[in-house]
Amino acid sequence: MTKNLRVKSSGYIDETNRISFKFNGKTYHGFKGDTLASALLANDVHLVGRSFKYHRPRGIMTSGSEEPNAIVQINPGTNRTEPNVRATEVEIYEGLEASSQNCWPSVEFDIGGINNFLSPFFPAGFYYKTFMWPASFWEKYEFFIRHSAGLGKSPKSSDPDIYDHRNVHCDVLVIGAGISGILAAKNATKNNFKTLLVEEKNELGGSTIYENNEFNKIDNKAPSEWLKKEIEELKDIKNLEIKTRTSVAAYHQYNYLLARENLTDHLEAKDKTNKIRQRLLKIRAKKVILATGALERPLIFNNNDRPGIMLSSAIKKYSEFYGVVCGSKNVFFTNNDSAYESAMSLYNKGINVEAIIDIREQSESKIVKKVEEAGIKIYWSHSIVDTAGYKRLNSVSIMKLSNDGTSVTGSKISISCDCLGVAGGWTPAVHLYTQSGSKLKFDEEKKVFLPNQNSSNQISVGSCCGDFKIDEIIKNLNQKLKETLNIKETDLDNIKVEIDEENTKRNIWLLPSDKPLGKTKPFVDYQNDATAKDIKLALREGFRSIEHVKRYTTTGMGTDQGKLGNMHALGIIADTAGVKMSELGTTTFRPPYTPLTFGTIVGRNVGKFFDIFRRTPMNDWHIENKAEFENVGQWKRAWYYPIDGETMHQAVQRESKAARESAGILDASTLGKIDIQGSDASEFLNRVYTNAWSKLAIGKCRYGLMLNEDGMVYDDGVTTRLGENHYIMTTTTGGAANVLGKLEDYLQTEWPELDVYLTSVTDHYATASLCGPNSKKILKKIIPDLDLSDENFPHMSFKQSKIGSIQCRIMRISFTGEHSYEINVQANYGKDLWEKCMEAGKEFNITPYGTETMHLLRAEKGFIIVGQDTDGTMTPIDLQMDWIVSKKKYDFIGKRSLYRSDTMREDRKQLVGLLTEDPNVVLEEGAQIVSELNQGPVEMLGHVTSSYFSPNLNKSIALAVVRGGKDMMGKKLFIPMENKNINVTVANPVFYDEKNERLNA
Amino acid sequence: MFLINCPYCGERDQQEFKAGGEAHIERPKQPTELSDDEWAEYLFMRKNIKGVQFERWNHAHGCRKWFNMVRDTSNDEIKAIYKMGEKPPSQ
Ligand SMILES: [Zn+2]
Repeated sequence: MTKNLRVKSSGYIDETNRISFKFNGKTYHGFKGDTLASALLANDVHLVGRSFKYHRPRGIMTSGSEEPNAIVQINPGTNRTEPNVRATEVEIYEGLEASSQNCWPSVEFDIGGINNFLSPFFPAGFYYKTFMWPASFWEKYEFFIRHSAGLGKSPKSSDPDIYDHRNVHCDVLVIGAGISGILAAKNATKNNFKTLLVEEKNELGGSTIYENNEFNKIDNKAPSEWLKKEIEELKDIKNLEIKTRTSVAAYHQYNYLLARENLTDHLEAKDKTNKIRQRLLKIRAKKVILATGALERPLIFNNNDRPGIMLSSAIKKYSEFYGVVCGSKNVFFTNNDSAYESAMSLYNKGINVEAIIDIREQSESKIVKKVEEAGIKIYWSHSIVDTAGYKRLNSVSIMKLSNDGTSVTGSKISISCDCLGVAGGWTPAVHLYTQSGSKLKFDEEKKVFLPNQNSSNQISVGSCCGDFKIDEIIKNLNQKLKETLNIKETDLDNIKVEIDEENTKRNIWLLPSDKPLGKTKPFVDYQNDATAKDIKLALREGFRSIEHVKRYTTTGMGTDQGKLGNMHALGIIADTAGVKMSELGTTTFRPPYTPLTFGTIVGRNVGKFFDIFRRTPMNDWHIENKAEFENVGQWKRAWYYPIDGETMHQAVQRESKAARESAGILDASTLGKIDIQGSDASEFLNRVYTNAWSKLAIGKCRYGLMLNEDGMVYDDGVTTRLGENHYIMTTTTGGAANVLGKLEDYLQTEWPELDVYLTSVTDHYATASLCGPNSKKILKKIIPDLDLSDENFPHMSFKQSKIGSIQCRIMRISFTGEHSYEINVQANYGKDLWEKCMEAGKEFNITPYGTETMHLLRAEKGFIIVGQDTDGTMTPIDLQMDWIVSKKKYDFIGKRSLYRSDTMREDRKQLVGLLTEDPNVVLEEGAQIVSELNQGPVEMLGHVTSSYFSPNLNKSIALAVVRGGKDMMGKKLFIPMENKNINVTVANPVFYDEKNERLNA
Repeated sequence: MFLINCPYCGERDQQEFKAGGEAHIERPKQPTELSDDEWAEYLFMRKNIKGVQFERWNHAHGCRKWFNMVRDTSNDEIKAIYKMGEKPPSQ
């Protein structure tokens, strides 16, 4: 650390605030205001990583979010570690640690570097070509690839930080706070538009704020000075919100944008605690002003990737903004005037500029004259043909460029240097613009894609729409602001701008070398190691579509999405294939513009907020009584209630026996409940259920099956007629919302003439289902006044009653085959009802049972569960439920489909019962069923849908769907499992109490 | 993410809505009198236009009303929104 690479800086670095940080285990110092990149450069550290495929040493290339090489792991080994972070965007703080990625054992000595020497064997599509066969080897290849790739490491323990989401609405959203964005935001707010200005960096002003070309003036001031005053004035403007460190990640249709606001990443660890780290802003803007600027292009030449080779504009920013010079012997390589500004920046600070190599023949601009006067050697019409230096650039070789730019001539000159600034012109940052659905047009003269057709209420201003000079920017910005904001005058009307004239640049996508292309490495995509050679190979192999070439060569597929090299890739393809770039089109830029953390995406939806969950009013009782829970849709349902360390099987066997022998109680509050009222309610039910409803007497209940229009079973449940024009429908727990949606759909769109009103009342009632031979005695104890005789209150009927002073609806219906009652009370009395039942049932050993026992009991009776025994391909006929399909009704939803040739096939899968030869063997749900055991392929007849060991029958029972199963009663079938074949017999699916005698027991 | 102007509630985020497929396919009044082919035409066949398409939408997490939308599927421009039962706008 002998070199002093700090120069007197602008005011953006606080040289009084020294900060220590670690990089690859070594301690360095920087100043407050430095990025990790600027601080490393100040310490003469260029080598920061290795490339992905060839493991070539790579250095910091840029000063912004487009950085392809300086990708680091932040705070490795901690729970705050983050991979794939661009060193150019990390603001340093005391205690920061960072390390290189993609190298092992260290960035200085990397075993994978051998790939560089093997590179003739790693052409485009190498992975596709090599690792495909034999297929069984894939696992081995994958192991190898994953170990040598290593794009950073994810944290091993949970993230301690808090993340947040916020909805933001504004009249005008301005993206980017360079000169265009600042002037746009200022004029919008002055005209009473509620404006939000977002900027990814922590400072406003963009590149104008450190502009150093003395020939550019705004109102006779240096543009940087003029802009500082404008920024100062922003502070007093109301109606304007400015968010720095905020990067727009996605721009969707209808001006809906997502931005990530970084709140604590620049703070020391002790200041991060209990604060929101990052916030996702969900922005809906009436108008969007894109002022996203432009990215400098590199030039594509042989070995253009060595540490020390950087963008010319980055060198200028490091020097002017951070007060850091990137090398002590500097060379620039350019096709336009901007490199001369960078050169002057160094020269004015007393730093050595060895030479400028310009592929143009000449330039007349004042800044070029100035450079010549300074005595800096300019090589006109020259190109770099090679570079040298493994871990740091040490020289470049140049040769004279032919007139047509396709070859080099003359003798080779070697120039010793440790830093090379490359200036290939500018690419407008149109990524967000295209994400919004807007269309680009290629400008053949400027060689850039420019905004053309806007998809929403938006404008692009400044260099992101191709205006690179301050005079153009201000003139066009002024006109666009007037149009889009519909205003007559702006601040910009009377601004006087002087600029240095710019000569046209000379664009050559791929610069020639004295060696044949095959012997060179001109990198187009630095992060993914794609070279111009790879692109040409892809074209030779027949790839034409730009999207295909991109995937085959992996150009533009890194975390930087090829922000630097995509244009060159397109240019090389166009030149090679002999087509115009405008015909070629461009690849799609997808969100996010820069990577987002998972934390930002999920926000607060972690832990118990991950998903909404619903609890019944009896939930606390279930918890107090040690129930195990299962998720049914969003509901938490009691699954079983283990006692004294019972297993699930033991608990379910006990609960099932108790329910049939004496009394059981189930929390059925989750069943969907829809209140149906209106003078056409009966007609409506006739149309939506397969059976007839008009004749159902008031106070009676009926089971109904609902189909889709395609004839397949959709939902089922019991509906009760409460009054002449009033029904209450129950649906399955999981189907409630969809059933309501479907019924509303028919009512609103097909049958608007029906007088029917639907209201979801699922959450309004708590339901306890009391079942078993003693259920009647228990209910009698709770409601002594109610006549529970079979004459007054028969099976499938309903009573409105009171428990004490509390209204209740009681349905005598059964899903278990036992005598049972479903008692409904207003939800907030649910727990009270449950406790009353438990108290009254004590003498009968009332046993709470969960969903597992419910499933077992109904399976003993052969009752289906929609969604378990059906899968959207079962008709009621397939389920052997012909009895529920009305032959008399003219129409109902799905009726016509039951007579389609396909639904009438005899060999459809049909619901049957299965009994195992060995009554102790319980089948696996989902197991496949065959009729013969062969070595070769056999037809699979169907599968097991429900399977249990029945304690009441003391044997294994199962429901299954079997092709043509209806006619197979008594037939022997086989279930081949991994280690054995199980013999089964087709049986009646009603295993228990076939005559339904227990309902009235 | 669309901004959809529900005819009953006003402009709301797309998250509140559910798309319901092609609009103006009326359920046959007398299904039993249709051949299998005719029924299948109603039941299964839907256009999938690149361009201007008539669609049903439901304000599922709002007023729960169904309505119709004319949308250009190539650029997602919503050209018109009108209530169920209203005549579609002429193109
Ligand atoms: Zn609505």
